[in-house]
Amino acid sequence: MSKYKMHLLVCGGTGCRASASDAIVENLKKELNNQGLDESVQVIMTGCFGFCEKGPIVKVVPDNTFYTEVKPSDAKDLVEEHIIKGRKVERLLYKDPVKKVTVSDEEGMSFYKKQLRIALRNCGFINPENIEEYIARDGYMAIGQILSENTPEEVIEIIKASGLRGRGGAGFPTGLKWQLTRQTKSDQKYVVCNADEGDPGAFMDRSILEGDPHSVLEAMAICGYSIGADTGLIYIRAEYPLAISRLLTAIGQAREFGLLGKNILGSGFDFDIELKYGAGAFVCGEETALIHSMEGKRGEPSLKPPFPSVEGYLKKPTNVNNVETLANIPAIILKGHKWFSSIGTEKSKGTKVFALAGKINNVGLIEVPMGTTLREVIYEIGGGIKDGKKFKAVQTGGPSGGCLTEAHLDVPIDYENLLAAGSMMGSGGMIIMDEDNCMVSIAKYFLDFSVEESCGKCSPCRIGNKRLYELLDRITQGKAEFDDLARLKNLSEVIKDTSLCGLGQSSPNPVLSTLQYFREEYEAHIIDHKCPAGECKALMVYSILEEHCVGCTACARACPVGAISGERKLVHSIDQSICIKCGACFDKCKFDAVLVQ
Amino acid sequence: MSSVKIELRKDQVDKIRQIAKTFKNDPGELINVLHKCQGEFGYLPAEVQEVVADELKMSVAKVYGVVTFYSFFSMIPTGRYPISICTGTACYVRGAEKVLAEFKKQLNIEVGTSSPDGKFSLSCLRCVGACGLAPVVLVGDKTFGRVSPDGVKDILKEFEEM
Ligand SMILES: Cc1cc2nc3c(=O)[nH]c(=O)nc-3n(C[C@H](O)[C@H](O)[C@H](O)COP(=O)(O)O)c2cc1C
Ligand code: SF4
Repeated sequence: MSKYKMHLLVCGGTGCRASASDAIVENLKKELNNQGLDESVQVIMTGCFGFCEKGPIVKVVPDNTFYTEVKPSDAKDLVEEHIIKGRKVERLLYKDPVKKVTVSDEEGMSFYKKQLRIALRNCGFINPENIEEYIARDGYMAIGQILSENTPEEVIEIIKASGLRGRGGAGFPTGLKWQLTRQTKSDQKYVVCNADEGDPGAFMDRSILEGDPHSVLEAMAICGYSIGADTGLIYIRAEYPLAISRLLTAIGQAREFGLLGKNILGSGFDFDIELKYGAGAFVCGEETALIHSMEGKRGEPSLKPPFPSVEGYLKKPTNVNNVETLANIPAIILKGHKWFSSIGTEKSKGTKVFALAGKINNVGLIEVPMGTTLREVIYEIGGGIKDGKKFKAVQTGGPSGGCLTEAHLDVPIDYENLLAAGSMMGSGGMIIMDEDNCMVSIAKYFLDFSVEESCGKCSPCRIGNKRLYELLDRITQGKAEFDDLARLKNLSEVIKDTSLCGLGQSSPNPVLSTLQYFREEYEAHIIDHKCPAGECKALMVYSILEEHCVGCTACARACPVGAISGERKLVHSIDQSICIKCGACFDKCKFDAVLVQ
Repeated sequence: MSSVKIELRKDQVDKIRQIAKTFKNDPGELINVLHKCQGEFGYLPAEVQEVVADELKMSVAKVYGVVTFYSFFSMIPTGRYPISICTGTACYVRGAEKVLAEFKKQLNIEVGTSSPDGKFSLSCLRCVGACGLAPVVLVGDKTFGRVSPDGVKDILKEFEEM
């Protein structure tokens, strides 16, 4: 990196690319060229900075100026003002919404203050398509170190001592999994990286793969050495084209540098990596289903045991780890297990990456030490609830997780605490909901997902979830009876107890947790036929406020079913027996004369 | 699932054979073969599945079973401008349902179908990873962020004129 005096880092994550960060790079290069600065200033497209809400992000190094919401047309100002005249472009700096001051670097931003980046250590710092930049930040040092200094058993001991647990959902101790796979005798073993990430609303793994693919490759090689495997496979969703292309580039470069392939670094250790493509099925994230899918079959789970560590891909011992789990490995080797285990809570060590989304001011990708509270995440990092609304719930763990409330805001986040509160860590989706979100509808949304994604192999999940969905649908239509609440609970418990795989065993969680914490909302739907959040369309009543109606006839003309009558210049009225509650009248009225209740 | 009846030309059959060959006609590579075929044809009609089954020496039922299992594979042709509405959780809580309803209304088609002129098709997908821009709509490769029901008309207009 040395020949350049300055670097412009432009976010190349999916979110920022959707907002034209490619064009920003192009324009910056053009401007630099025009000014004859292309020899001294380099433009680099990096992985995700995390602060997606304010993207596209451009960061200037070495002075660490952090520009937000940059447009391609801003390139000229950035070059002429910042680079040539040395003046910061004020209008593109971040404005702290609370303190009302402009902040020019990450250190001063509350979004970054409480974060600690281990898995995301290189995201937003390096060009993911250039292996030399990864190497410059100590990349491939860990594999070099263990190949020359440690036996496989010693590496496993380091990982065990670090306390690292799987980030894919279940939180299984990673070192122990490696040991179990090592212990199984076989002529062939596999390392599999689970990059399926089917949880809707989560983009942690893809951001790591897009921003720092080499860290995952290096970790897979370390795992291969430890368990005695020479082949690694990455199972990735075909819907992630950018991550796929960056991985392919990275694998090619690593081979060129002799860091993958035969006789790595002259140690006699062989290891190579291939990609396997998923095709959009959530259940394929489950490890046995994933293995079947890699074999070209329908991705249906199978009963465990045998665990993949004994019988996995092509019936050979297979170690399956999540992307984020792997991204932690090189850092643990280089900085030591003591460093890693000093971070976090008693049973959950290190950090966790969360995709913070929903009704929150700072949507983005964050990494915090285990033990950080939900309040810190939502109010300090996340900047509070959007549009000054009231916080209602936070959903963690995706379709298998639960909704937590105000009362849980001071719970320190770790595997055990989230489980005890009725949710789970999951893979790291964290969705914030405000007063306008109906909790029955949220539960229904997740059930709809589980019904669609159930593989259908076992009946509690295939049929039970469908029935749960129908019960919830009845409630949102105002057609349910009081006993349906007990039915919901019983059925949920049966599905949890009797399903074959993790999908069915956890799919009723959103129902159970909302039923526990928001029971009055369910009751309001059933008894009063009202949706307190105003989200359930079927329960809304449209009427016309006499005082406001001027008789303009706009609503009557907009109504698709002719439910509105009234003479021009006279007050109109809505026939409730015909109204289909489409809301067209509400949208059309310029005088706020349509009332929704 | 319904499928459109089509007749494969000889060069198309050869193309499928060639794809199968690059994967050594290995049944374990079925999903990769299907990905490539869908890339070639835009979708996977029954006739394509029959040739694939033949090449990989497996039953058509097995191939059909895999095609219908994975949501990425489609048995109906997509429109020239395929519209995908993200219904991931982040987009859902920010109103994706209302955006979807508006697309259905404007185009007068259901999810999983195309407009009669073959211009637009409508589908849902789960999370494209641009949650900061929720609700998100994709038309072909182009991403639209923070879409409101009112903005649907403008999006369609952009493509109607093309
Ligand atoms: C329905 C279901 C979906 C899952 N989806 C994923 C996923 O998308 N990514 C992932 O890493 N693990 C997923 N898992 C967990 C995997 O089965 C497995 O535990 C994990 O990949 C192991 O890696 P880890 O120990 O590093 O977490 C899923 C599990 C279930 C039951
Ligand atoms: S629990 Fe659901 S997803 Fe899992 S095996 Fe049974 S039907 Fe399939």
